[in-house]
Amino acid sequence: MKMIVAIIKPFKLDEVREALSTMGVQGITVTEVKGFGRQKGHTELYRGAEYVVDFLPKIKLEIAIDAGMLDQALEAIEKSARTGKIGDGKIFVSDLEQVIRIRTGESGRDAL
Amino acid sequence: MSKKSFMPFVLPALLSCFPAWAYAENAASLPDKGDTTWMLLSTLLVILMIVPGLSLFYGGLVRAKNMLSVLSQVFAIFALVSILWVVYGYTLAFGDGGGLNWMIGDLSKLFLAGVTPDSTAATFSEGVVIPELAFVAFQLTFAAITVALIVGGFAERIRFGALLVFSALWFTFSYLPVAHMVWATGGFLFEKGALDFAGGTVVHINAGIAALVGAIVIGKRIGYGKEAMAPHNLPMTMIGASLLWVGWFGFNAGSNLEANGVAALALLNTIVATAAAALAWMFAEWLWRGKPSMLGIASGAISGLVAVTPAAGLVGPMGAIILGVAAGMICLWAVTRLKKFMGYDDTLDVFGIHAVGGIVGAIGTGIFVSPALGGVGVDGYSMGGQVITQATGVLITVVWSGVVSFVLFKLVDATMGLRVPEETEREGLDTATHGERAYSV
Repeated sequence: MKMIVAIIKPFKLDEVREALSTMGVQGITVTEVKGFGRQKGHTELYRGAEYVVDFLPKIKLEIAIDAGMLDQALEAIEKSARTGKIGDGKIFVSDLEQVIRIRTGESGRDAL
Repeated sequence: MSKKSFMPFVLPALLSCFPAWAYAENAASLPDKGDTTWMLLSTLLVILMIVPGLSLFYGGLVRAKNMLSVLSQVFAIFALVSILWVVYGYTLAFGDGGGLNWMIGDLSKLFLAGVTPDSTAATFSEGVVIPELAFVAFQLTFAAITVALIVGGFAERIRFGALLVFSALWFTFSYLPVAHMVWATGGFLFEKGALDFAGGTVVHINAGIAALVGAIVIGKRIGYGKEAMAPHNLPMTMIGASLLWVGWFGFNAGSNLEANGVAALALLNTIVATAAAALAWMFAEWLWRGKPSMLGIASGAISGLVAVTPAAGLVGPMGAIILGVAAGMICLWAVTRLKKFMGYDDTLDVFGIHAVGGIVGAIGTGIFVSPALGGVGVDGYSMGGQVITQATGVLITVVWSGVVSFVLFKLVDATMGLRVPEETEREGLDTATHGERAYSV
């Protein structure tokens, strides 16, 4: 089992969700986050007081997935989230030790 | 509008006794129902300017952790000054102070003694009166908004108790004397012929200077210039600015005390000067900083409202537009360049908008009241002379408010402490001082 954490541009969320559900992903957790990478922030000006905003709004997706579906899922996210411009985001993949479905008590791959 | 309708305003005989904001002498006249209605309505409009208008305008500009503190301060000051006004404010502002009448009234109407539904107050026209109670209520709102305006200078770091004590003292020693000097028969500036139709000096310069002195005495906010202190909710600020604009029609057109052509002139000027100032600020910011901001449009509108206040019923609509353009650009300069240059932390730019805009308006009134420039004119008008008189009014108000505010801030600081502890300031005044939070997730 693998855990995918993807940081994407907010307006790409619908396309990514569409691509993932088409390939059979059962669930996604979405969080609004802020952060910085290579994309520069912007400046805001309030009556002459200038603030540099370093942290830009992004969407964080968390997807627990069977290892067999990993490559397909990564490709789906990459394709649907890409604009080709700086700031498209990143995907992190890690091993997932255990998953439990709270309602039934199922665990492991059955709980995905 | 015919020139004739302005005649009572400019006749020398009337100007000399110009009893406008003083007690009635002619008890025989009965108030007109139209005038009375207009004054009651105007009073409500000015209350709309304060709560919710000013509170939301200010509230949106602070950080989320201090939202409720600003709303509480404006609301509590409105309530406090309302009580003080009927107890001793009205009589000291508009009474006849005898030997001290150049500066302050007397205590003959303490607790509104003798003011009944039948008593009347004079207006700008001979023989036309309004109910004195309507005048008392209308003037109450002016006193309240003036004191509430000061809050913006030291928002996000003042102790609530110290603010209330300061407000009561400043109302007594700065607002009442300045209002008396400018508006009451026998008042020093009133007799000198200084023109202030709706309170540019009494309200805006007076409050703006107090806010500046307060910002300097109390010191900068922790992290000022280093941490981001962006406004937390500009839509609230936009709603507040809009309510201020609507309410300002009561403030300016209501100051005519009668529902007639001059009230209509004041109302129209309050639209066009504001519009001109909003556009001036917006375009100047657009050219200078690259983007036209909502906060800029709203701030420009307020600067125009401030500048047209002393001029409302005295200048023509074209004069009002020029006044608005000047105010929009000069106030933008004041809140950016001047503020940075002088280094004070006037949190919500009370000085940069209200004092600076008020000074532009006071001087501009002396210029655009000229009949040659579309104004209504005053007896024996000369532009140079009137501008000097206006500047004298500005100077006296600046010095009076500056000195009184400085002494009172120091006094309150020495006895109670003006500023919250550092921990409270970092936490935010909402939870630390008021025990509540504006927004819960």
